[in-house]
Amino acid sequence: MKRNITCIICPRGCEMEAELTGGGVSVSGFGCARGRQYAENELIRPVRTLTTTVVLRDGSVIPVRTDRPVPKERMFDCMEAVRGVKELPDCSPGSVVIADVCGTGADLIVD
Amino acid sequence: MAERVFEYDLAVIGGGPAGMSAACAAYENGVKSVVIIEREDALGGILKQCIHCGFGLELFGEELTGPEFAGRLAAKVREYGIDCMLSSMVLAVDRSLNVTATSAANGIFTVRAKAVILAMGCRERPRGALNTPGTRPSGIFTAGTAQRYVNIDGYMPGKKVVILGSGDIGLIMARRMTLEGAKVEAVCEVMPYSGGLARNIEQCLNDFGIPLLLSHTVTEIRGRERLEGVTIARVEAGADGVRRPVAGSERFIACDTLLLSVGLIPENELTVNCGIGLCPATKGAAVSQDRETEVPGIYACGNVLHVHDLADFAAVEAALAGRAAAGRIKGLRGGGCGSGGGSASDGGCASDGVRGCGGVCAGDNAGEEFRAVFETDGQVRYTVPQRLTRRCDVKVYFRVSGIFERVSLEVRATSVGRGDENNLIFTKKYIKLTPGTMQTVTLTSEMLEKCDSGAVIRFSLVPQRRDDK
Repeated sequence: MKRNITCIICPRGCEMEAELTGGGVSVSGFGCARGRQYAENELIRPVRTLTTTVVLRDGSVIPVRTDRPVPKERMFDCMEAVRGVKELPDCSPGSVVIADVCGTGADLIVD
Repeated sequence: MAERVFEYDLAVIGGGPAGMSAACAAYENGVKSVVIIEREDALGGILKQCIHCGFGLELFGEELTGPEFAGRLAAKVREYGIDCMLSSMVLAVDRSLNVTATSAANGIFTVRAKAVILAMGCRERPRGALNTPGTRPSGIFTAGTAQRYVNIDGYMPGKKVVILGSGDIGLIMARRMTLEGAKVEAVCEVMPYSGGLARNIEQCLNDFGIPLLLSHTVTEIRGRERLEGVTIARVEAGADGVRRPVAGSERFIACDTLLLSVGLIPENELTVNCGIGLCPATKGAAVSQDRETEVPGIYACGNVLHVHDLADFAAVEAALAGRAAAGRIKGLRGGGCGSGGGSASDGGCASDGVRGCGGVCAGDNAGEEFRAVFETDGQVRYTVPQRLTRRCDVKVYFRVSGIFERVSLEVRATSVGRGDENNLIFTKKYIKLTPGTMQTVTLTSEMLEKCDSGAVIRFSLVPQRRDDK
């Protein structure tokens, strides 16, 4: 069955059509290779980059994100893990907050 | 005690993406005496609270969050040693390029500059602009205010949310509130289409099953102390074209929070108080290709000039203003560059000047005088810039007033005293144009050769002819 997919890779938001075929995924309407990859992922294993904040015990709010996209259905698990962080020895950009967050293979890092 | 006076070549008002980008561009083009005046206690502007991804693809070629994007620009500002006056509020800018500001550190002070760049950004339309009937309980926020509470201050403004308006900030906040545990009941959009990016509808609403109710609005706000709910209704355009709620379509949604994402307005109090008129469509100053306002030496860029879709675009535009301001300043320094009025950029050496104004200005100035103004047909709602002061390749940004399919943009020039009136100088076909997406076209100097000075250049949309492929 064909699925309509709106690309989220860049602001152009290409409207694509994707379908699972015997050999993989057939995609049409993509504007670039990254878009095509996105459409393939959407059918097989949708992923998203998670961005949120950690609120430390002292009240400071630090923006954080996963260093690569995580499975879409794990986003709320990751949010739960983020809520547990109350101390952060290093708040400099790029430093790791949680390594391999929820076993997704992605590190949660400071923005 | 006398007021303190600071002297700089360039004063940039606002330390967001546009202000930082403009300041850096001026520095890179040879002007080292630059100050950024910022009312908050850190650079970055609104990007500090935009913790989501999607920034930087245009400017840095990689996907960054708002704080990361701001961090890149701020690092450049630091590297260049550009002065930043933080926690400093600008009160006035005058036509002689004096900036009056106030801060705890300096009291009321003046910055005297040779050029001023306005980069104050925009603010959100508040509830008061909507005339929504009902009570005045707590729990009603603009989406950006809620974003600040969540992302900077670490507070959740509510648990059960309705969002009015489908601008990008509203969509982003729908996801953000959901991730933080709130239930977003619906996003209502009065128009039959969303003003937000397609990708934000996808990743912020569809990912979480949040309904987007097009042609819907909030018709009543209920609650005494705290918001208890809103009545929403379907909206239809009557015979007179006015969109009104449809009787009988009302539905009550219990909620404790209403977020408004109903448009952004450039924050132009300083501009207006300086006597600079605003373009009614953009609500920003009317500018030349160099982003120079009607006052020589005062430039405007970023969201204070017109609301951009992306911070990247605001930063790119701001670099134009920074380069042009540098050209002017160097022209003044070099002496003979300015034309009669004393404005170097008026004479045509502004952005040419950046590639070596010192030697070539005289030659540039010797070229014929050129002036043109842009006009739109209403379907094209506005262009930026609004006028040209020289023939050069110019990127024109424009926005349309509705959804148009299978149309051609036509750019026609009418030159006074020339036989070939309504001369088509550029045309481009579009499959679909929407108000939410800013478009750009480039007019080349060759195209402008077809226009005399004083030309009116009109942007209009026409249906595509059937034989067009």
